[in-house]
Amino acid sequence: MISVRDITHRYDKQVVLDEVGLTLPVGQLTSIVGANGAGKSTLLSVISRLIKPERGTVFIDDLDVQTAGADAISRRLAVLRQDNRITARLSVVDLVRFGRFPYSKGRLTPEDHVVVDEALDYLDLQPLRDRYLDQLSGGQRQRAYIAMILAQDTDYILLDEPLNNLDMKHSSSMMTLLRRAADDLGKTIVLVLHDINFASCFSDHIVAMRDGKVVVQGTPAEIMQRETLREVFDMDIHVQDLNGMRLGIFWTTGAPVGPLPLAGQPETDGSPGQAQDEQAAEFAWRA
Amino acid sequence: MTFLQARRDRTTRVAAALEHASPEERRRRTRIRVILAVLGLLCVVAVVAYLTYDVRGSWDYAMDLRTRQVGSLVVVGAAVGASSLVFQTIAGSRILTPSVMGFDALYLLVQTIIVFFFGSATFLMMGVAERFLINAGALVLFGMLLFRWLFGRNSRNLLVLVLVGIVIGSLFNSLTSLASRVLSPNDFLTLQDVMFATFNTVDGDLLWIVGAVCVVGLLALVPLLRYLDVVDLGYDSAIALGLPYHRVVTLTLAVVTLLVAVSTALVGPMLFLGLIVANLARQVVPSHRHTDLVLGSVLVGILATVAGQFVVGHLMDNGTTLSVVVNLVGGIYFILLLMRTVRL
Repeated sequence: MISVRDITHRYDKQVVLDEVGLTLPVGQLTSIVGANGAGKSTLLSVISRLIKPERGTVFIDDLDVQTAGADAISRRLAVLRQDNRITARLSVVDLVRFGRFPYSKGRLTPEDHVVVDEALDYLDLQPLRDRYLDQLSGGQRQRAYIAMILAQDTDYILLDEPLNNLDMKHSSSMMTLLRRAADDLGKTIVLVLHDINFASCFSDHIVAMRDGKVVVQGTPAEIMQRETLREVFDMDIHVQDLNGMRLGIFWTTGAPVGPLPLAGQPETDGSPGQAQDEQAAEFAWRA
Repeated sequence: MTFLQARRDRTTRVAAALEHASPEERRRRTRIRVILAVLGLLCVVAVVAYLTYDVRGSWDYAMDLRTRQVGSLVVVGAAVGASSLVFQTIAGSRILTPSVMGFDALYLLVQTIIVFFFGSATFLMMGVAERFLINAGALVLFGMLLFRWLFGRNSRNLLVLVLVGIVIGSLFNSLTSLASRVLSPNDFLTLQDVMFATFNTVDGDLLWIVGAVCVVGLLALVPLLRYLDVVDLGYDSAIALGLPYHRVVTLTLAVVTLLVAVSTALVGPMLFLGLIVANLARQVVPSHRHTDLVLGSVLVGILATVAGQFVVGHLMDNGTTLSVVVNLVGGIYFILLLMRTVRL
């Protein structure tokens, strides 16, 4: 269990985390959502001890992240951030082997090699194992990094915007993969996401942040409500139910475009008519 | 017993690594080994050529002089090669080397300050060895403070660091020249003498002690190498993998300052030598492992200094000095590197 207790952090005088307290459930996939600057990435950095917060503590099971040895933490918690620099001449398998560093400090044992091979298999990376990282596409590289994280063999995995720079196909297969890791391997996965619909369709639990605070958390069904989303994102997002998936229509502000079948949802806002009129006016202008 | 155990562990590790390596990976490993072996061979050839080329007059005298010369060249090449490559990794940039960051300017400043405060009499009374050790000690101390301050700050912007380095370097140079202007003529002469040593005249005692420090520095680097592989992944990944980042960086910086002291004590500042050597090594040795890279960089460094001085000293008859050539070539290379990185 990851429990975050009373974390406050500032950059200069700007408060980015304001007394955040949070308990993240084990064995589940949790998404952290919120607008830019809401403090999501900072929270992830604090949990993964990349940043030492001004106040507060983070516990992984019974370990205090700040005081426990780097070794002990890195065997329980793996982190993938966005700014991965690849300067070295690194092949995929070299990268994945770094995942074993917490255990063997760069001197791989026979068991380590087995784990590395398993991770490569799990992500279908065997055909690419000897490619250098700069010869890979964005999606393949992201998969190589995930393989490294899996080779680290931790119970907890944190990912900071894993869908950045991925196209639709790779985004959805990445999320499927993470979902599979949570279900098959029993991993506790926490990710920062920008797309609420990915969060809604793939997570067990969603944490919504705004202005350095956790505004609300709960199951996708609980979070994916027009009122709740307005509170979190300061946007009017229409929520549609599609075969049990709750989707937020955020591409156009305000109400749905055109006459959509509103699956039994009473219209609370007064504005759709107006929005439709505007739409019509725009089309008229274009024509 | 434990030794045997360690041997056995190593053997199983090596066997496992071999077993889990694809043919392509094995080919790559062999290629790296061959490249390193060739570099080593070239170094040997260069050293032998330097020693035996066109000896006129007394063989003994030539050997004595040339052995000392080549010894200092080898020490400088190794120290500059290793320190520059490792420093690049820590700084996370191919453009930053200790010299670019004003490191050897600091060495001269420390030396000047010592003469300034204690006078040249004390300075000269100390043996060469003591003088070097005190200098090196002071440099390590100051260097550590300086770099903690530099890298501890949030700004890891490359251009800012280059700029800061150049400003700091010229600040140290100005301070050095200011202090030397205030000195008495006698003190000044003493200082000049130690500050601009060349490859041609090398003090035997100094060479011994500096060579020993260089070897110690290089040996101290060995256990850090596999941690530096992880440093190369970037701060975030290194922390996530449980690397004691600050300890590794601090220890490495300490060794780097020591090695810079070694090369500066022998031949004075060589601004761009490290830059050329480390980047060449990275190009020539296709590996991400620092055991390979540092060894490669040491060999390239030795090759560059020995072969360079061979050309300058023997073939060009000392028409110019090695540092001039190095700075000319290195300066152009530095500008090219900057342009490629920044895309002006």
